[in-house]
Amino acid sequence: MNPALVPRWLFVALAALLLLAIWLSLALGPVNLPLTDTLRVLFGMLGLGSPDAPQAELIIGQIRLPRTLLGLMVGAVLALTGVAMQGLFRNPLADPGLIGVASGAALGAALVIVGVARWVTLPVSIEPYVLSAAAFAGGLLVTALVYRLGRRNGQTQVATMLLAGVALTALAGAVIGLMTYLADDATLRALTFWNLGSLNGASYARLWPLLLVALGVALWLPRRADALNAMLLGESEARHLGFEVERIKRELILCTALGVGAAVAAAGLIGFVGLVVPHLMRLLVGPDHRLLLPASALAGGALLLFADLAARLLVAPAEMPIGIVTALIGAPFFLYLLIRSRS
Amino acid sequence: MLQANGLSLSRGGRRVLSEVTLALQAGQVLGVLGPNGAGKSSLLAMLSGELAPGAGEVLLEGQPLERWQGRQRAQRLAVLPQSSSLSFGFNVEQVVRMGRMPHDTGLAVDQQIVEQVLGAVDASYLGGRNYLQLSGGERQRVHLARVLAQLWPGADGQVLLLDEPTSMLDPLHQLSVLDAVRRFADHGASVLVILHDLNLAARYCDQLLLLGDGRVQASGSPEQVLQPEALHRVFGIDVLVQRHPERGHPLIIAR
Repeated sequence: MNPALVPRWLFVALAALLLLAIWLSLALGPVNLPLTDTLRVLFGMLGLGSPDAPQAELIIGQIRLPRTLLGLMVGAVLALTGVAMQGLFRNPLADPGLIGVASGAALGAALVIVGVARWVTLPVSIEPYVLSAAAFAGGLLVTALVYRLGRRNGQTQVATMLLAGVALTALAGAVIGLMTYLADDATLRALTFWNLGSLNGASYARLWPLLLVALGVALWLPRRADALNAMLLGESEARHLGFEVERIKRELILCTALGVGAAVAAAGLIGFVGLVVPHLMRLLVGPDHRLLLPASALAGGALLLFADLAARLLVAPAEMPIGIVTALIGAPFFLYLLIRSRS
Repeated sequence: MLQANGLSLSRGGRRVLSEVTLALQAGQVLGVLGPNGAGKSSLLAMLSGELAPGAGEVLLEGQPLERWQGRQRAQRLAVLPQSSSLSFGFNVEQVVRMGRMPHDTGLAVDQQIVEQVLGAVDASYLGGRNYLQLSGGERQRVHLARVLAQLWPGADGQVLLLDEPTSMLDPLHQLSVLDAVRRFADHGASVLVILHDLNLAARYCDQLLLLGDGRVQASGSPEQVLQPEALHRVFGIDVLVQRHPERGHPLIIAR
């Protein structure tokens, strides 16, 4: 908490890591662009000099920049909302999906994917947007339901919310299972890919809603860093320190529902980022949210870009769902943390 | 100054508190005594605004407690709960500095206060330690330091509510911590402290309130309240009440 103790070097390192991730994410792929060309195109886009590399300009501008921005924002939002949920539940093992938003979004998406294949015909051009909108709405709806179930006597009981979240996640899972059962082979594949997450298909048009939400979350949550610190002491302790705990809980839930809803709507379900990144950053900067939130945002963005690089380079020219990569990195790392904390 | 008029509370059809009236005086320590389930913690929860009373009102500086804005209230009223659920690895100074959140006194002043309150509860040596690695008694002292920091150095009009601040402390720290609370009150703040140890209450409190079955069974100075009949009626214990040979306050000895 003392600025003299702020690990400046760590933030410099995280920022450098993030820049490296952005650079590589723009340069590498099925067509590897020279790193210097990538830099020149980037500077050109910022209005500094002319890049003089039309092919690189096209690939970066049309494909890789939206994809990189998408990864950056999804990673940062998942990590930030992970911090918010771990603070709200006073539990370092909490995950942004805990309040039902991820499963609700998955349900919304599954209904559209299978519904479009079986019952409704939509113009192909608007199908992705309907899918995103349904996922976003599904996430918000289930979260609102979880929140309602957790209300008692004008207070939000986080323990009840947690249980309601578990129950509704199971229910959503059952309906998704039903959709899977009803799906034909092609739909099944779409469903599976969506449930494992992918940055594929990023476009500027689908980027805007997420960009707005991500900016909102990234600007709002750090303003609540002190309140989150106080909440770790306990809800009544935070109240005694002068915070309006009920309002802050509502804000945290809303931020998470909007953030995760938008992230899932844009990129599908990507697990472990919201759990592992805050955890890891807490080991490096401590539990103080004034440092933890910005550190997690930087690290979340970087991690997701590296995971996406792995997803598209490891099996090139094919591409695997990014959720597999984050789970492959995240789960063992999480186990390592568990074993380490026991000894 | 905190005042409670006719506080009553029912829970699940059971009367937890009936008609409790009390007023905290500036510079005084009021001890609340009573057996388990007598309603002590419910009383404290209502005095701190955590629980809305079924009937009656709580006034802070003459204003109903619920009308106070959170931050302004926190600058005047600090509360130490019985136990804390903090499970994140802040260091001790960070935990204590959270007590300064309602204030904008700046880093230098806050740091000074953190050092002073840690000294007051004999926890200076814990300063940089990880909270999670402390013993129960050390954690209790750290949280006491945190609520002291919230009001430090203590002034007329401020109120400190403590729920069993000595429950996990060794004999030496039971005395030194209550000594610190006593000295804090001497600066003008009012203190309410829930205690189980009758002799500690006799030693450090100016006024006592004996709660039994949700009602005030006796109140007044330690000499007035700590009478064998009242203690038998409320706690069901047989005691001798003597004078402390050196300090003169009542001394309770079980028969």
